[in-house]
Amino acid sequence: MSIKVSMKVNGKPVSAEMEERTLLVTFIRENLRLTGTHVGCDTAQCGACTVHMNGKAIKSCSIVAMQAEGADILTIEGVAHADGTLHPMQAAFKENHGLQCGFCTPGMVMNALDFAKHYPSPTEQEVRESLEGNLCRCTGYHNIVKSIMAGARAMAATK
Amino acid sequence: MTSSLIGARVPRKEDYRFLTGAGQYTDDVAFAGQTHAAFVRSPHAHAVLRSIKTEKAKKAPGVIAIYTGADLAAAKVGGLPCGWLITDVKGQPMKEPPYPPLAQGKVRHVGERVAVVIAESQAQARDAAELIEVDYQPLPAVVNAAKAKSGTALHEIAPDNTCYVWSIGDRSAVDTAFASAAHVTKLDFVNNRLVPNAIEPRSANASYSRADDSYTLYVASQNPHVERLLMTAFVLGLPESKVRVVAPDVGGGFGSKIYLYPEDVVVTWASRQLGRPVKWNSDRSEAFVSDAHGRDHVTTAELALDKDGKFLAMRVRTTANLGAYLSTFASCIPTILYATLLAGQYKTPAIYCEVTAVFTNTVPVDAYRGAGRPEATYVVERLVETAAREIKLDPIELRRRNFITEFPYQTPVALCYDTGNYEATLGAVLKLADVAGFKDRREQSLRRGKLRGLGYACYIEACGIAPSNVAGSLGARAGLFEAGEVRVHPTGTVTVFTGSHAHGQGHETTFAQVVADRLGLGMEQVEIVHGDTSKVLFGMGTYGSRSIAVGGTAIVKALDKIVAKGKKIAAHLLEASEGDIEYDRGVFKVAGTDKKKTFGEVAFAAYVPHNYPLDKLEPGLNENAFYDPANFTFPAGSYVCEVEVDRETGASQVVAFTAVDDFGKIINPMIVEGQVHGGVAQGIGQALTENCAYDEAGQLTSGTLLDYCIPRASDLPLFKIDTRETPCTHNPLGVKGCGEAGAIGAPAAVMNAITDAIGVRDVPMPATAQNVWRAMHRA
Repeated sequence: MSIKVSMKVNGKPVSAEMEERTLLVTFIRENLRLTGTHVGCDTAQCGACTVHMNGKAIKSCSIVAMQAEGADILTIEGVAHADGTLHPMQAAFKENHGLQCGFCTPGMVMNALDFAKHYPSPTEQEVRESLEGNLCRCTGYHNIVKSIMAGARAMAATK
Repeated sequence: MTSSLIGARVPRKEDYRFLTGAGQYTDDVAFAGQTHAAFVRSPHAHAVLRSIKTEKAKKAPGVIAIYTGADLAAAKVGGLPCGWLITDVKGQPMKEPPYPPLAQGKVRHVGERVAVVIAESQAQARDAAELIEVDYQPLPAVVNAAKAKSGTALHEIAPDNTCYVWSIGDRSAVDTAFASAAHVTKLDFVNNRLVPNAIEPRSANASYSRADDSYTLYVASQNPHVERLLMTAFVLGLPESKVRVVAPDVGGGFGSKIYLYPEDVVVTWASRQLGRPVKWNSDRSEAFVSDAHGRDHVTTAELALDKDGKFLAMRVRTTANLGAYLSTFASCIPTILYATLLAGQYKTPAIYCEVTAVFTNTVPVDAYRGAGRPEATYVVERLVETAAREIKLDPIELRRRNFITEFPYQTPVALCYDTGNYEATLGAVLKLADVAGFKDRREQSLRRGKLRGLGYACYIEACGIAPSNVAGSLGARAGLFEAGEVRVHPTGTVTVFTGSHAHGQGHETTFAQVVADRLGLGMEQVEIVHGDTSKVLFGMGTYGSRSIAVGGTAIVKALDKIVAKGKKIAAHLLEASEGDIEYDRGVFKVAGTDKKKTFGEVAFAAYVPHNYPLDKLEPGLNENAFYDPANFTFPAGSYVCEVEVDRETGASQVVAFTAVDDFGKIINPMIVEGQVHGGVAQGIGQALTENCAYDEAGQLTSGTLLDYCIPRASDLPLFKIDTRETPCTHNPLGVKGCGEAGAIGAPAAVMNAITDAIGVRDVPMPATAQNVWRAMHRA
């Protein structure tokens, strides 16, 4: 059973025929070849698939693409500035060694971007709680927490 | 170029692509004409494979081919080899049962591959896989390692399910010492089975080219050359030169991506059968039943002390669960990488350890971050801390009375420690952790209804594996050297090809720091290339914290050759004798004069050899080196853990973790700290939250991330990390390696803290609320 799904991804309108059961993350990775969004689990634990849908962080493994019909989707590929310079949150991750293997990183950044909108000056505890849905096996979260604390403040400062 | 790059907190070169979604992991790769594979896996722990009916599945939409063990056997595909031959106590070789990539005759663990479906899309392959009918005749399952000997035999070659019984040490000296000991501390424990769970699942994508009869395999691996060697020489019977293995960006390994896995073999073989690329990507649930697991030891350990608290002897008996088949390095983990560390940081004169390795109907077990050393450290540091409590001596004082202080030190369990200073890290951690203030913190915790405990772990480990002749004498079937190639380009930039592999460790940055420092270049002028057998000369890969010590040294040796040749070229350009040329970080100088040439000028001359000693010297500037280490390296350190335990529920939290490690010289402290953070987090996971659980039928009950709890950010505190340096004596960088230390030392520190908090002798790992509550109420 095939359907047509249309949405905007990183500012560009996209459209494709797909099976109804196609997950949003599969559409993003396989159809659009935007492979920065990752799949790390099958029970919606790991958060490596996190994207923004209409400005909110969601797990793209947990909805089918047609649930995003007409939505505005932002993936990690759309976060840096047009000239390639890093967004303050991305820069904070780099300065604070907030990534090692990089696999969980897109999900961490996407989650942090949404979180920072509501918590411009977060405490360590608030950051840790915001990472309930994001797993990392490499960093022990220490530098991810530092990165998000710095990144949120940097974002607030540029407002 | 003013300050040295060695010891500098240089931000990582690799970060940009990871932060912007431009990393290329194996599943991100797709070839034209791509097909997809789905594996049918056994739902039984142990069963006779009576028949496999594939007709319905073959007719399903998009299906191209279906293969079973019979197809591979007919094609004479070999079984997966084991890379380490352990000799048992009777001088006999270990039992090596066949390990077919697709099951033949029997299935021996839930998750074993029974058939593969290849289709146009992943969804179609999975749909078709569900249409395959397998007739299993279930057999009794053997799950408990301690009872394996009396269970139904998994393999004909091992009727008592015993792969080997192995021992090390002087048993009679140990027994004598115990007979006259003033005090004996004895503990029985289980080192709990773990699932590595790197966030990137395993993935493999193979294609075959008719144009030159060659294969390309993209695979999430920690060691592409080893993968190639094992697969071509032992399984598929192909020349290495016809197979290219690429391990691109890899999302974490921790050991689980070292091994040659059946899926890698099957997709490679199938790509030739079909003439189309075949890709397989693991689900997380598949990972739980197919990635090599870690740990799973059952141990009885005893420490004998004299009346002054001096350690007289240690006696250890371990049953190690190998799982259903011998994984690539499985045999050496509970032997060579375990028992040889039982001296710890102490002068214990007599040690004896006996290990029985058994097969069970569980997923094969192999190296997982620490690989044998966490198990050894757990034995030693739980014994030491428990002994201190029993004889009512401060655990720090007891350790100090027994520290090794003179080096080199030959342990009674084969290893010779080259250098170390255990007092330095211990003294530093006591200050950094503010141990003196613990009493106050404990009272404050009590007022909040929490029992606060403090535990130590002073670990040592052997890494930088290994001197090949020593490893060979111990049963290794491979060399354990490393290779590095330095290619200087005509315009003076440098590409370094390393046999090491980075899957989070930041080698593109740290290795570049070493090279840029030596050659007087900027970081942006040095490129580190790894992970492709077509580009990199050779490599044994990254595991065992060996990359900087062995891989880094290979690069340094190649750099030495570059500089040596550069001196010859400079001598010619400067019209001086070679012996008068001095070299320092990018500048060749005639000694005692101002006459000099830069590295860039020398590089250019090598490729445009117009003013050049062509009669004596080849043009070009490209050197390689293979480095076989003289010894293991011996990182060591001291950890302090503080926990709070809820009095009502037993729920525990690590509220502080302080680590002072000696990794020898440190190239990039930022990256080293990150490695310790990650290792400690995994060690805390083992101690508090993770347990791979099988029921008596051999069903994996912790088969998803819902049931298997890897630590979350809210489970962990910020860590306090520091280092002390006693440079390694036998490599030019003076480095020891740091990747596994945290996972090695942390579990003992945490459990020493938990038992301290609740005043109970022992609590099993993981110290879940249930286990802690039960321990509190049993006492």
